[in-house]
Amino acid sequence: MTDSPSRSSSTNSRRAAKRPAAGEALSPFKARHLLYLLPGLAIYIVFSIVPILQTLEYSFYRWDGITPARWVGMRNYVALLTNPKTLSTFGHGLVMILFYAVLPTLIALFIVAIMTRVRIRLLGFFRTVLFLPQILATVVVAVAWRWIYANDGPINGVLDFLGLGFLSRAWLGDFDTALPAVGLIGTWVSFGLCMVLFIGGVQRIDRGLYEAARLDGAGPFREFMAITLPSLQGEISIALILGVTNALRNFDIVWNTTSGGPGTSTLVPSYFIYEAAFIVRNVGLASAAAVLLTLVILLMTGAIGRTMRQRH
Amino acid sequence: MESRKEVFLGHVVLVIGALIALYPFGSILFQALTPAPGSTAQGLTLENFVGAWTRGGFSRSLLNSAVVAIIVVLLTAVVAVLAGYALSVLRFRFRTIVFGVLLVGLVMPSESRIIPLYSMFQSLGLLNTRLALILPQVASSFPLAAFWMSNYFAQLPKSLQEAAALDGAGEFATLRHVYAPLGMTAVATLSCLVFLYTWNEFMLALVLMPDDASVQTAPLSLSFFAGNERTTEPEVIAAAAVLVALPVVIAYFILQRRFMKGLLEGAVK
Repeated sequence: MTDSPSRSSSTNSRRAAKRPAAGEALSPFKARHLLYLLPGLAIYIVFSIVPILQTLEYSFYRWDGITPARWVGMRNYVALLTNPKTLSTFGHGLVMILFYAVLPTLIALFIVAIMTRVRIRLLGFFRTVLFLPQILATVVVAVAWRWIYANDGPINGVLDFLGLGFLSRAWLGDFDTALPAVGLIGTWVSFGLCMVLFIGGVQRIDRGLYEAARLDGAGPFREFMAITLPSLQGEISIALILGVTNALRNFDIVWNTTSGGPGTSTLVPSYFIYEAAFIVRNVGLASAAAVLLTLVILLMTGAIGRTMRQRH
Repeated sequence: MESRKEVFLGHVVLVIGALIALYPFGSILFQALTPAPGSTAQGLTLENFVGAWTRGGFSRSLLNSAVVAIIVVLLTAVVAVLAGYALSVLRFRFRTIVFGVLLVGLVMPSESRIIPLYSMFQSLGLLNTRLALILPQVASSFPLAAFWMSNYFAQLPKSLQEAAALDGAGEFATLRHVYAPLGMTAVATLSCLVFLYTWNEFMLALVLMPDDASVQTAPLSLSFFAGNERTTEPEVIAAAAVLVALPVVIAYFILQRRFMKGLLEGAVK
């Protein structure tokens, strides 16, 4: 097994690319239909499916990307799961979930709870504005927030104005605040999407349910727990799935704000993968981390989808 | 049934939410219009934009971004219309297998394929080319796009196909003259979504075109430009950020229904 992963897999990709065409011989009718699929499917298989399988393959090798790779079995995985630095990296990923998924969902639910009985004026305008963070390039978002968090930025300005100047600091450069500061950027990106999703969901709820609840003497809290929350399960699960995915794939914001620092205090899994693969050149370890990250994302989003569907 | 107090409170909360959503972009827009230290300009000025445009090479990187995004959008639209037609109208036998394979690409993060992509383009000598960014992005857009078009075609009445067949149109002619023209609204919404994702893509650009400034896309240029804080004034960096965001922001405000529909339905899938 001294074959380099890149060489052994280039034959794989050729074989995979031909697979759809192989059906041609079976029946002329089917072959013609496959022709419609072939262009997209070929690009998709060569540049998505094959690389995904190759990542899995790389993860069992020790490889610097240049010299021949050496088969090491599960050792990359063992290294990842026993090294405190990589474990804390995945821990930071979990903290990000709090900021990207849980916090925006709770904030949006709270706001929506206040507004369930209100018919909203200018709904289109509010939706457009609340959605804006979703369409901005992450690099632009990072540049904007770097300034907000800067030494002479608006947050410290407000603190000084309130006479709380002793609290001011470089929020992204401080060991204690860097991780939550990066996380709050994610909260900002996500909360508008959550609100738009939930407002849309609430407006589909039958008004009669609220009137019936009020006749039964239900207060706003009971009303929320009994009607609003159950009706929004679909939207909540979408918000959580998107939030979890974005939290664990938080590369762009970290790269453009803290680069994982100070120290390793904002090192998140996808940044670790980039660093290990393209800077430290431990391709096997990076691939194993990519496989683990993918598994975590699939397990968590799958679990969210399943629990929400069961309760429905 | 709604009380005045509730209406007022609800809208106050919404306005606060809207202000929070607007503030970061609004603040860099304001910063970009503020004269940089050492400038002789008074009040608001556009000279930071001129500075970013010339010093950061953004005329070139914005053009690169546009070229990459337009090619990705067009390629994706063509292959998705073809695939969606095959998956929904022609309904061939193994389509559940194809749907399964497409689902893999919908849920996989780009981290799961970035390392082999780098090796692949390196061995092909295609690193630092636009092609290295275009092909993987068509690949990552294809599953969503194929599902999108397939869903759209599937809800069109069956009689369309039968009428076309009665007129003697073959399968491809039916697609070209009946389904493709009808599918253009779905293609337009889909294209907004793909354009947005492609324009904003950062990690693929960073890995696959790291060394050649002449092909780099706008977000990547902005990232490098903003990294030189010691030599570049924050006002000029802010102007560069506005330049990078502006095409998408303008498109968003003009086509907001399409973007919203695309993002919400894309999220649901």
